[in-house]
Amino acid sequence: MLQTNLEHIESEEQLKELIENNEKVAVCCGRMGPMCIPVYDIFEIFQEKYPDIQFWDMDFDIPDASIIKGLPECRKFWGLPYTIYYRNGKVMKATSSIQSAKEIKSIINDVFA
Amino acid sequence: MQKFDVIIIGAGPAGLAAAIYTARAALSTLVIDESSAGGQVKTTHQVANYPGFVEPVAGHELAGNMRKQAEKYSTKFRLAADITALYLSDQEKWVELDDEDKYTAEFVIIATGSSPRLLNIPGEQEYKGSGISYCATCDGEFYKDKDIFVIGGGNSAMEESLLLLQFVKSITVIHQFDELQAEKITADKVTTNPKVNILWSHEPRAFYKRENVMVLEAENLKTNKRIRLERDGIFIFVGLVPNSAFLKDTPIQLTKYGYVITGPRMETNIASVYAAGDIRDKKHRQITIAVGDGTVAALEVIHKV
Repeated sequence: MLQTNLEHIESEEQLKELIENNEKVAVCCGRMGPMCIPVYDIFEIFQEKYPDIQFWDMDFDIPDASIIKGLPECRKFWGLPYTIYYRNGKVMKATSSIQSAKEIKSIINDVFA
Repeated sequence: MQKFDVIIIGAGPAGLAAAIYTARAALSTLVIDESSAGGQVKTTHQVANYPGFVEPVAGHELAGNMRKQAEKYSTKFRLAADITALYLSDQEKWVELDDEDKYTAEFVIIATGSSPRLLNIPGEQEYKGSGISYCATCDGEFYKDKDIFVIGGGNSAMEESLLLLQFVKSITVIHQFDELQAEKITADKVTTNPKVNILWSHEPRAFYKRENVMVLEAENLKTNKRIRLERDGIFIFVGLVPNSAFLKDTPIQLTKYGYVITGPRMETNIASVYAAGDIRDKKHRQITIAVGDGTVAALEVIHKV
């Protein structure tokens, strides 16, 4: 279980429901590691700044994380965390490894504008 | 323009320690950071040398507690906020953020720390997370039974190499000098491992990808001859750089490496502007020292109010 203040996605069904019922969803799939924690933290800060976006996390090691790992956009990823931005149920952008607040802000402005 | 008694730029251990002191002294305190709170500590897997913790404490937990402690005394935070303008003079100090909010204070403490150095060569950004990594703990297992490069020969490169050796088939260390800069005890553990070989006096010049293989173009610093080598992945650990770019248009005195020059009381060359933590020009950089620096800077502020 990830020790963050974000809400955790715990199953494939939950993720499917989330992206079906929300226009803008960002999911950070990782562990409690040095590259992942900064992204969770930025998500927590951005929850307030971007109330129209759902920011969630998902434990990379639970079996249902295969829904993220198996995405075509993640096929060549070799670095945690995998961060996926969905709009209307579709993957708009996926990143691998740590991202700065500035990079995340830029992606949000790009895909959720 | 909102007014505070103290603005602290940087929310790592130095900035948070300073905030705990100034806020407890009833000074209105604003902490600004371009990222989240915690600085490099939050990305440290385990901290084993911070007094008061018998067992190693997770870096993110220690950082989180520091932030909560500062918040408990009414410190205000502006996190994930970029500074777009900064004015520092003996008489006046103000900061403008990317959302155009403007803050002024009588005192400013600079505590922006340092960040892992990037090589800034072609391919580095492009293949981050898909062949290039900066964290053995995070990404080591992706390279199980693979052949990899480790770039760097300092302590972090050797410590991370030891972790990687648990997973990988082989490591080729690329190092710009003829000897490693890491502490001998750690360096010996790496260099005596049969899975390790070292390419001395070479520096990376570019990264490419050929199908699923990473290609490293490196230059021999003695002959200037370039070679291309292939491995499954590349881990980069080439030291730290001070986060002082935002000070370039201010009169704050920096060393040629970008560290802030301070006196023993953390004072800079600008009246009522202090610097604390890893951003300072000093010999040793540790969490405990950063916390001490932040404390000194805060006490100086408190005594001057």
